[in-house]
Amino acid sequence: MTSLAWTGTAREPEPAQRPEPARRAAFGQIVLNEARLAWRRPVGLIGGLAVPVTLLIIFGKLPSFRQAVPGAGGLTLFGAYLPVLIVFGFALLALMGLPMPLASYRELGVLRRLSTTPIPPSWLLAAQALVQLTVALASFGVILGAGVLAFGAPAPGSPGGLAVACGLSIAGLFPLGLLIAALSPTANAASVIGRLAFFPLMFFAGLWLPRALMPGVLQGISDYTPLGAAVEAIQDSMQGQFPPTAPLLVLAAYAVVFGYLARRFFRWE
Amino acid sequence: MSGPEPAVSVSHLRKTYGTVAAVDDVSFTVAAGEIFGVLGPNGAGKTTTVECAIGLRTPDSGTIRLLGLDPRADRDRVHEIVGVQLQAGALPAKLRVAEILDMYRSFYRDPADVSDLVEVLGLAGKRRDYYRSLSGGQRQRLSVALALIGRPQVAVLDEMTTGLDPRARRDAWELIERVRDRGVTIILVTHFMEEAERLCDRVALIDAGQVVALNTPAGLTAQARGGKSVRFRPSARFDDELLTRLPEVRQVRHEGPHVLVSGQGDLVNAVILTLAGAGVTAHDVELDSSSLEDAFVRLTGRALSPDGVAA
Repeated sequence: MTSLAWTGTAREPEPAQRPEPARRAAFGQIVLNEARLAWRRPVGLIGGLAVPVTLLIIFGKLPSFRQAVPGAGGLTLFGAYLPVLIVFGFALLALMGLPMPLASYRELGVLRRLSTTPIPPSWLLAAQALVQLTVALASFGVILGAGVLAFGAPAPGSPGGLAVACGLSIAGLFPLGLLIAALSPTANAASVIGRLAFFPLMFFAGLWLPRALMPGVLQGISDYTPLGAAVEAIQDSMQGQFPPTAPLLVLAAYAVVFGYLARRFFRWE
Repeated sequence: MSGPEPAVSVSHLRKTYGTVAAVDDVSFTVAAGEIFGVLGPNGAGKTTTVECAIGLRTPDSGTIRLLGLDPRADRDRVHEIVGVQLQAGALPAKLRVAEILDMYRSFYRDPADVSDLVEVLGLAGKRRDYYRSLSGGQRQRLSVALALIGRPQVAVLDEMTTGLDPRARRDAWELIERVRDRGVTIILVTHFMEEAERLCDRVALIDAGQVVALNTPAGLTAQARGGKSVRFRPSARFDDELLTRLPEVRQVRHEGPHVLVSGQGDLVNAVILTLAGAGVTAHDVELDSSSLEDAFVRLTGRALSPDGVAA
């Protein structure tokens, strides 16, 4: 008789729930593979980290970016762009980095396959969000660190406010990414929808025209877009104040609405 | 079936999508250690049936017991002891075989040994390869490996040989037999008659959401034909009544030098032994080799084209 090493014949009855360390190890394995995939298909690493850092270096070298923005309390153009680049990283990871793999997992049947194992497919979603979040925080750290240390931007005046502003920005944007994943039948569709959402939203964030230079109407619209509110909140906390309630409430409202819709429409197969 | 508790029992299963009954009053049991075929054309309700049986879908009505468990209420336990290879499931292109196996292995309390598993599945040389570089047959075997990695007691394999070339298909059949030999009960969903004939101990023939027939492959063909038949050339003339009075024999016909006897039960043995007892030898004995394919046509009134789409 050969070894029965991989068959499931007579075994002791087992408790219904596995001990926690084993389940943590399973989550760790999922995160590890998601990280490998993020490294091997580096859409998020390039778009969310490399592109904004490259823009940061270019902007930092341009003499015109050292001039003050008129009527903005001594803010330089570089200083006005720093929050835009931070938000660029968050938005790209949330709107493209997150939904594309998730839509492809549904398209490939990975989520369906997971639902036949003891591990629920929601864990894959959580692992993916964790990987994108890690890259988002790295992107934030590099842009802020390089902006202040290498290019002479003032250190954030309200670090606590900055943490709240960034936290709420991510909380508002990641559910939008999940909603895109929910509404996209394929990975390609997710990529197209992600792009279609990213560029107009980045316009209102001030990528082409900083918010401080926008005409009143445009700035008024920008205040109520997720990225515009994110830039406003981050900008204020960089300049020394705890951000005002309005942009924080806008971000929180997006978090709730997108979160609800994503939950409502997400399909595992 | 009597004897020990069946591995799977499905009774009066019903599942409707909108107004269409995908599965309508399906009942069967699968004995432990059996290769049980769920056979039928595409869209017959095979996949819905097994998905309900393993708790992936909630039936509208009916009772399901999987190793004594209710697959909906005891989901967690069921997923530990049932391995599933679903139809058309792919994996991320840029993960390596070993990375995929290690991850799925971590999901189970008492998993199989990866090196043993890849050895048996012929993937030992592929552990460092990316999923996207695997051939169709290798991907299929990896998929089977993932179904077996939790050391399941029941494995469900849905259309596992669809899209494989004939050689890869025969390899897959050998693999299934080896898995069964190690004590795993197998539910094989297929629309290939040849596959069911070659592998299955018993087959449920499903058409339009209903079980049309439930039998051994040989029994199904016999059932469809209404019996068996044997053709031979006798060494000497004999009285037909010698055979017609046997309980197994229904009819005796002469075709030139040949005799065609139809009936049921252990027909061949009964005929040959009786003839031998009367000093007659049966030469050139041929069994009617009508196939499961014919059985399908007779039982459902429709043909099954080679790719499984009912015409």
